[in-house]
Amino acid sequence: MARPDPRESRFSSTLPASVNGFGRRSLLRGALGVGALGATGMLSACGDDSTSGSGSGASAKAGNVKFGINEAKGSGPANERLQAMADAYAKKAGVTVSVNAVDHNTFQESITTYLQGSPDDVFTWFAGYRMAQFAEGGQIADISDVWPLDGIGDAFKKASTAADGKQYFVPVSYYPWAVFHRKSVFEKNGWTQPKTMDDLTALMKEMQGKKMTPFAFAAKDAWAPMGTFDILNMRLNGYDFHMALTKGEKAWDSPEVKNVFATWKTLLPYHQENSLGRTWQEAATSMAKGDCGMYLLGTFVVDGVPKEAQEDLDFFTFPELDASIGSDALDAPIDGFCVASGAQDEEAGKAYIKWLASAEAADAANNAASAPFIAANTAASTAKYGELQKKSVEVVQNAKSIAQFLDRDTNADLANTVITASLQDFIKKPDDIDGITASIQQQAKSILG
Amino acid sequence: MTTATPTRRPRRQRARVEKRHSGRDRLVIGLMIGVPTLLVVWLVWLPAIGSVLLSFTKWNGFKFSAIQWVGTKNYVDIATIYPPFWPAIRHNLIWLVFLFVLPTILGMLLAVVLDREMWGSRFYQTAFYLPVVLSLALVGFIWQLFYSTDQGLINEVFGSNVDWYGDPDVNLWAVLVATAWRHTGYIMLIYLAGLKGVDGSLREAAAVDGATEVKTFFHVIFPVMRPINMIVLVIVVIESLRAFDLVWIVNKGRNGLELISALVSQNVIGEATRYGFGSALAVIMMVISSVFITIYLRIVFREERR
Repeated sequence: MARPDPRESRFSSTLPASVNGFGRRSLLRGALGVGALGATGMLSACGDDSTSGSGSGASAKAGNVKFGINEAKGSGPANERLQAMADAYAKKAGVTVSVNAVDHNTFQESITTYLQGSPDDVFTWFAGYRMAQFAEGGQIADISDVWPLDGIGDAFKKASTAADGKQYFVPVSYYPWAVFHRKSVFEKNGWTQPKTMDDLTALMKEMQGKKMTPFAFAAKDAWAPMGTFDILNMRLNGYDFHMALTKGEKAWDSPEVKNVFATWKTLLPYHQENSLGRTWQEAATSMAKGDCGMYLLGTFVVDGVPKEAQEDLDFFTFPELDASIGSDALDAPIDGFCVASGAQDEEAGKAYIKWLASAEAADAANNAASAPFIAANTAASTAKYGELQKKSVEVVQNAKSIAQFLDRDTNADLANTVITASLQDFIKKPDDIDGITASIQQQAKSILG
Repeated sequence: MTTATPTRRPRRQRARVEKRHSGRDRLVIGLMIGVPTLLVVWLVWLPAIGSVLLSFTKWNGFKFSAIQWVGTKNYVDIATIYPPFWPAIRHNLIWLVFLFVLPTILGMLLAVVLDREMWGSRFYQTAFYLPVVLSLALVGFIWQLFYSTDQGLINEVFGSNVDWYGDPDVNLWAVLVATAWRHTGYIMLIYLAGLKGVDGSLREAAAVDGATEVKTFFHVIFPVMRPINMIVLVIVVIESLRAFDLVWIVNKGRNGLELISALVSQNVIGEATRYGFGSALAVIMMVISSVFITIYLRIVFREERR
C-alpha cells in the first residue's frame, strides 16, 4: 500500500504511485516504472551491488553485511543516500556491503514474505507498530545493546522500542506533517500564518471569498486522509489518546472519536471536492497553481510541486483546538533500519546498524545525494538543508509528542483493511458518523480481540 | 474342436492385449497419469484444501503454531460486519454482465467488418488488438490520463467536472469502459480467426439461395462458429471472475471498486496479514467459480455425448 513517505514521492516511478499520482511531469518516470514492475515481482529481483572497501579502520565486530533497501536503483536521491551510506561504511570498516535495492512499494508489500524467506542482514523499515509487530513475532532482532546512540534523542528511542521495552530499530530520518502554503500567495493577499483556530477560520473564509479553495485535499490513496484524522485527533483528544486508540485500548465508536469526525465534517466544506479520485500529487499541484490556499501533508509535498514553487513553500503546524490539549503534538514518521533475526551474521549487522544511526552516516548520505533527508541524529550537519528542512527540525524539536502516523501506529490488519476504507466512507457520507464508527469498532473488535 | 477355437481365440487375443499393457507400457502409462495427477494434487488440490482449512482459522502468516481455530467466525464476519463484501459480489456480477453485453458484441461486429478485407483492415486489426498486448496495469495508467479530475483529457475537453475514478457511482463504469477497450480487441481477434475458418462455400451457397448478409451471418455463419462462441463464453466468465488488475491499479479495490479478488488481496497481500479472513473470501470466490465451471463442463460433456 502506498505510504506517506518522502521517498515514495520521489518514487513515483513505482507502478501504483505513478498511476495514482501522476502529473504530466512524471509521466515518463511512470512509464519507466511500469516496465520496472513487470520485471520485479520478487524482492531479490532488482539490483545486487556489492561495494567493498579496503579501509584499515575495521572495528572488532564489523563484518560483511547484506543490506536490503526499499529504493530501487535510479529512483533518485533516496536511493543515492542509502547507497552512499553503504559505500561509506564499506570503505570505513573494510568490509563488503551487498546492497539489495528493491522498489519502495514492492518492498513494503512483500515484507512478510521477505522476512520469512532469507532476508538481508540489515534492512530499511519504519518505526511504530510496523516495527513492533515484527519484534513481537520474532522476525527482527533485539538490538538494545547498540543503544544508547550518540545524538539520538529520547523521543526517537521511544519510537524504536517495542512492547517488551527493548529496542529493535535505529532511526535515520523523519519528516513532519504540517499545513503547507505558498509564501507569495499569502504575501500578495496580506495573509499571515494563523496561530489559532479563529485565525484559521477567518483565513479560510477570506480565501473562499477570493474564489480559492482553502484546503487542497486528496483521498485516492487511502492513507492520505489519515493525516487529517491524526492532527484533529491529536488536537482534540491529545497524543495519549492517539496512542491508546491505535493500540486498541480505546474504542473507535467512543465519543472522542466521534468528536474528531464531527469536527472534520465542519471543515470538509473548506476542502477540495471530489477528493476520492485525486492523488496527493494532483492536490499539491492545485496548491502550487494557486487554486487552493493550503495543503495538510508531509514535507514530501515538495516533490509534488514544480521547481519554481518549491522555493516558495512555507508551512505552519495545525492550530490549537482545545486549550487544555494544546498544539504540541504532530505526526512525524520516522524511517530507519532493523536487523533481521535470521541474519547470517547478527554481530556484523549490529555493528553496521549502529554506524547507520551516526551523524557520520547521515552526512555521508546527504553529501552524496542531490536532495538531503532530515537526519534523526542531532549531531548531523545541516549544511545541505533547505529552508523547509531547517524549519522542520525546529518544529519537531519543539513538539512535545511525536506520533508516527495512523497506519504506522495501528495494527496493520486494522489499518489496511478497515480504517482506510472507513475514512473514504466518511468522506463520501459525512453524515453517517455513527454508522461508520460503529462499523470500525465492530471490525476492530473482531480483528484485535 | 472347431467350435472351440473361435471362443478360445478372442480370449487369447484379450490376454495378449493385457500382456501388452503390463511391463514397460504400464510403467509409461502410470507415469503419464501419475505425474500430472501428482502435480495437480500438489499445485491445485492441496492449496485449495489448505485455503478451505485456513478459512476457519485466524493466522498472521508467520508461525504455524500461531494458527487459531475460530470456526465459522470469518464467514459470519464477512457476511455481517465487513462492509465491502456485498458490494464486491454485486460488482463482480455487473462486470460479468457488462463483458457479455458490450465488448463481446462490439468485438463480434468489428470482426465481421474487418473480415471483409476492406482497405486498411490490417491497420485497424492491429489498432484494435493493440490494447490486448498491454498489461492491465498499463491500461489503468493510460486511462488515468483520460479520467484524472483536474488534469484529465475528458474533463479538460468537455469542461466537465466528473470525478471519474473517485465517485463511487461512476468509477465502476469508468473502469469497465477501460476494460472493454482492451477486451473488445481480444474478442475481435478470436472471432476473426473463427470467421477465417468458415468454409467459403457456405457463404456462396447462402448467396445463391438469396439470403441477405445479415441473414447469412445469423443463420449460417454464427451457428457454424459454435465452438468459437463456447470459447468466448468461457473467456468472458473467467475474465470477469478474475478481474483484479485494473481496480487494484486505480484504488486497490476500494470506494466503489470492490471486487472479491481485490478484497482477498487487501487482506493477504501487503502488510495486512489476515490469512484466515482472506482465505474465507477466497473460498467464497472458489465456490462461485465452481458454479460456472460446473455449468460449462456439463455443456461440454453433453455435447461430446451427442
